[in-house]
Parts: sequence; C-alpha cells; structure tokens
Amino acid sequence: MLNKQIITSLFTTVALSIASYSANATPLEKQQAEKLGLEISTQAKQRDIGWVDNTSDMLMLLRNKQGQESTREIKTKTLELLDDGDKSLTIFNKPRDVKGTSFLSFSHAVGNDDQWLYLPSLKRVKRISSRNKSGPFMGSEFSFEDLSSFELEKYSYNYLGDEQINGLDSFMVEQVPVDENSGYTKRIVWLDKVEYRVQKIDFYDRKNSLLKTLTYSDYKQYLSKYWRADSALMLNHQNGKSTELKWDNYAFKTGLSESDFNRNTLKRAR
Amino acid sequence: MNMVNNLKKTALFAAFGLNSMLLSLAASADEFELSGKVGFEQRYFAEKGQYEQQLEHSQTSIFIEPELYWEWNNGSDTFTFKPFYRQDEYDNERSHGDIRELSYIHASDDWELRAGIRKEFWGVTEFQHLVDVINQTDGVEDSDGEDKLGQLMLNLSLVKDWGIIDLYLLPGFRERTFVGEKSRLRASVLVNNNNISYQSSAGDKHLDLAIHWSQSIDNFDIGSYWFHGTNRDPILTPVTEGNKVVLNQYYNQMDQFGFDVQATIDDWLWKFETIYRTTDDDDFWATQAGFEYTFIGVFESFADVGLLVEYGWDSRGEGDENSSGASVQNDIFFGSRLAFNDMQSSEMLIGLGADLDHNSFSFLIEANRRFGESFKVSLDVRLLQSTDKKDLLYGVKDDDHLQLGIEYYF
Repeated sequence: MLNKQIITSLFTTVALSIASYSANATPLEKQQAEKLGLEISTQAKQRDIGWVDNTSDMLMLLRNKQGQESTREIKTKTLELLDDGDKSLTIFNKPRDVKGTSFLSFSHAVGNDDQWLYLPSLKRVKRISSRNKSGPFMGSEFSFEDLSSFELEKYSYNYLGDEQINGLDSFMVEQVPVDENSGYTKRIVWLDKVEYRVQKIDFYDRKNSLLKTLTYSDYKQYLSKYWRADSALMLNHQNGKSTELKWDNYAFKTGLSESDFNRNTLKRAR
Repeated sequence: MNMVNNLKKTALFAAFGLNSMLLSLAASADEFELSGKVGFEQRYFAEKGQYEQQLEHSQTSIFIEPELYWEWNNGSDTFTFKPFYRQDEYDNERSHGDIRELSYIHASDDWELRAGIRKEFWGVTEFQHLVDVINQTDGVEDSDGEDKLGQLMLNLSLVKDWGIIDLYLLPGFRERTFVGEKSRLRASVLVNNNNISYQSSAGDKHLDLAIHWSQSIDNFDIGSYWFHGTNRDPILTPVTEGNKVVLNQYYNQMDQFGFDVQATIDDWLWKFETIYRTTDDDDFWATQAGFEYTFIGVFESFADVGLLVEYGWDSRGEGDENSSGASVQNDIFFGSRLAFNDMQSSEMLIGLGADLDHNSFSFLIEANRRFGESFKVSLDVRLLQSTDKKDLLYGVKDDDHLQLGIEYYF
C-alpha cells in the first residue's frame, strides 16, 4: 500500500494543482482527469490521517418500502495503523438475539482482510472469509465494502467536474473499484472543495445502473481537524429500501493499542 | 445579614460538594445490565417410540436463561451470572436447572484472569466437536451434544507475540445428564444417575488441568492443547438393579492431546481436528476434517449458499464383543448452509450424516428467522434411520421429529 508519509509530502503540491485545474472549464484530457481524480482523493485521505484511534456508537435504522423499521445498535473501536490497514472491533447490541456478537477485523489495503466473528451463545470464535464484500451488512442497504475504511489503492480515479451539493461547491470524482469481488462497477463521489468531506456517493451495480445513493449530513469537527458526519442515509433506488445511520459518542485518541484487538478482547467485548 | 449570606454560601457549597460527590460516584459506579431469553419448545414425533413408558407424539417445554452483568474499572473487571432452567412436560430429568455462568474476569493489557463457572469452546469443525473437551455435555437439552454444562475453573490467559496461552485449573467434575424413561431419543436401556463410579479416589472432586495454545498465522488459525483429568465421556456398563437392567456410569482418568487448524483461503474454509486420548482402558486417535465453500449472492440475490463436507474417523473402529467402539468411526457428513442476509436474518442449515460401516443415516434441517425486534422462531426437522442393531442410531430409529422453538429476547 501507499505509504502515508509519501501522501503527506504530496499535500502542498496537490492543493495548488487542484486550485488551478478547477478554474479550467474546458473538458479535460483522460490523463488529466485521472491525475486530478487521484489528487482529490489523496487530499481527502491525507486530511484524515493521524487520528490514532477512535470509538463511536452507531444506530442503524432499516426501512422497507412498506415503512417497516428495524434497529441495529453497534459499537465500534478502531485503531489507525500507518504501515497497514486499520484494526477494528465491532460489537452488536441490537437486535437482542445477536447481543454480544462481536467482529474483529484486520484490514489490508491490498488483498483480503483477516476477520473473526465471536458467537456468544456458543462461546465460539470463527475465522470467516472476507471475500463477501458485496453482501448486505446485517440485512441493511450497506454492504461490507461500504462500511470498510477508504484506502487509495482500492480504486482508480477520474475527475468528472464540479457541482453544488448540499449547498457546497464540490468536486465530482468517479472511483472504479480495483477488486473484482466488489459489487460495483463504479462510485461517483462528491467532496466539498473546502474540507474535502464526502457529501454524497452514487453506487452503480455490476450492470452499470444506478443502485444506491448515500448522503452524509451534519458534519462535526473533532480535535480541530477530523470531520465526522452525525448521520447518513443510504437509499436503494432498485428495491425502495433505505438505511439511516446515526453516530453518537465519537471519541478520538482514547488510548487503544494493538493489545485491544485479539481473540481475548473479541470474546470480552461488550 | 453577612452571617445569613455566609450560611447560604456554606449550604450552597455543601450542596454542590454533595452533588459532585454523588455525580462522581454515579460516574464510577458499576455498570449493570440485565438481558437474556425465555423460550417455548414444541416437539412432535411422527411415530410412537420403540419402548414402553416413552411419550407418544407431543412434548412441550419452556425455558428461561437470564444474564446479569456487572462491570467496573472501565470494563477491566466484570462479573456475569447466567442461570438456566427448563421445565419439561414429561421428563423429570429434562426439567433441570444449571448455572451456565457465574464468573469474574479481570483483564489487563496482555493477560486475563477468569474465575468461576464458565464455558470454553475449542475447535473448528461443524458436525462433530472432537477437540472441545472442557465442558460436560448437557445431554437432556438435545441429542446433538451441542449444549454444555457450566464448568468451575480458574483460567489464566496470557497474550504473547507467539500466540495466546491459556492455563486451566478445573476443580469439580460435572456428570453428563441423560434423559429419563419417558423421553424419546434415548437407548433401550436407561442410564442410571446414581451409583456413579470414578477411577480417581477423589471422585468428582479431582482437580483437572489443561494448557491451550492458539495462534493466527497468515491464513491459518491453529489451536493445540493437553488435558489431564476426568474423562467427560462415561463408560456405560449394564447392570441388573432389582428386576431392571440399567447402565451404570464410570468415569476414568484421561490424558488428551488435541490439535485443530483452519485455513481460510478466499471462499474456502479448510478444517481439521484431531485428538489422541490415553486412559487405563484404551488409547485411541480420532480425526474430523473437511471443508466449507461459500457461493456469494446466488441467483442474483443477496443469499449465500455454503457447502460443507466433513469426514470422521476413529482408531477404535465400529466396536466388537470386547469394546464398544466409537459412534463416529467412518462417517461422512454433507451440509448446506443458506443465509438469506435479509432484515430478519433468515437462515437454514441442511445436514446429512451417514455411517459407512452401518446402514444408518441422520438428516436434519434447522431453519430460523427473527420476528419483530425481539422474537426468534426456529423450526428443526430430524430424521434418523438405521437397520443395524449394533449401530447406536438403531435405538432412536423411530424418533423422527419436528421441533418448533419460539424465543423472546430481553
């Protein structure tokens, strides 16, 4: 994977070149579009490095076409690793029948992640296959890949132009997944020009038709640097279902270390 | 005036002090949580049983399993109490209670101390749990051996770069539970729950020991252990008691080495378990091995279909006049796991086990789905077939049944 220190050194030049290109109204050459797309995405990633670790509570509201609702309550702990993908622990509290179930993941920018699931009723830790990226997470409209961390190596990029979104001047970047197991042919991502926060994502399915739209709202800044949304809405255009995410109790630099991410902590997590 | 003001100030100050004291107490106070489940279970047997006294078709039971949980010091110290009780319509043996968990855990950075009654699971295979040895089987709960009794233990767990080492002191032994005469899914001769004998002079007070190592290396998850103590599997000997024949339980001492490994390679899970057990009565090797392959998103849906194949072998073989042999000695298992990945987490498991030395097989379907936010409904079908009187399944060949379970989680 790309070393995050290299990304940091790119920072200043990237910011300058984006400013000059976005003023350009004429259609871009393919190579230029690719370069710009990567630069914008690199900038977004670079601005979100150095938070060390993070904990939060997440509420998932699943709604079907008939308006029936179902709730998921999830707690996450994540440790940022600079030389590899992040380590994370996901703990389920609701629905009640899966309470105490927890999920340990060592993500890698390239190759499959290492994942373990703990089933409290059986007291059993199971190593699971991480190939199922396109499958739904807990029956929601989010797939596993939608919830995994953004890594530059996962996509190839194209800058598509500028647009106003959520009342903010934004870049429009096409991201094409590198992984053949991805459920998408492409994502179109809107990032606001001031803070490089993801405002909206359109997901295109394997037949290249619009499948889902994700919109983020109520961004708040933490540690005077890192922006996190308070809520997000995923709308599936094909089946009419939606899933709303609400985050609470965001905390950074809480003192987590690698020793908080192993089989023992997985079994103990509440 | 001044004095009044001062008094006011003092009162305010005192109130504020008390308030903040209470606040800090509340903040440092133990977190307590009550959760658990209650359930209703209905079994229906298609045929009448082979033996007199056995219930005919319908068997109803209810159970409760609450969990009380306390934590303090930011979760470094926890205490869990999980009692269980089932009331069965017919079988007094199946109407039973157990403390599934009553334990204290202290967690530090690279070690954990766990003390009390607990459950520990080892192993990777699905159709037989060979290496899983710490807890005794709760045989009255179900005939599949998946339910376990709580075990008293002192367990020190050390997290090292080269793996996790668990050391166990296991004082106090639990005898296996067996269903009573009214129950189905039993052998022709009843197991006697009295007159239990032990090889050890300490009886059920023998202090058992175990050491377990586990590590994940790349795509491989490995576990290995040595266990010394009372054999969880009783030797059953027929004796005449009054005018009846019963099976008396005898528990010998054993040393067991166990090893398990799972390789997780793309959509394949390769699984292998083996044990070597040595006792004064016999020594043997046994192995369970196979794979699980998952097809993701079949038929353009979100459903996943897993295919499972496992084979079980035991050096004791099928048994003869001198030894009882093993129940899984040359057996093959096929299974399919269907996960719909829907809002209700609907799942189905189909399994078929065949004994290649006897003309016998067992077939099962387990399906479950969530209803609303707090109910879970399961439907199980089990078909058992055997034409060989020497085979263990012969005794339950007429016990095909359907089982409906409704569980409420709180």
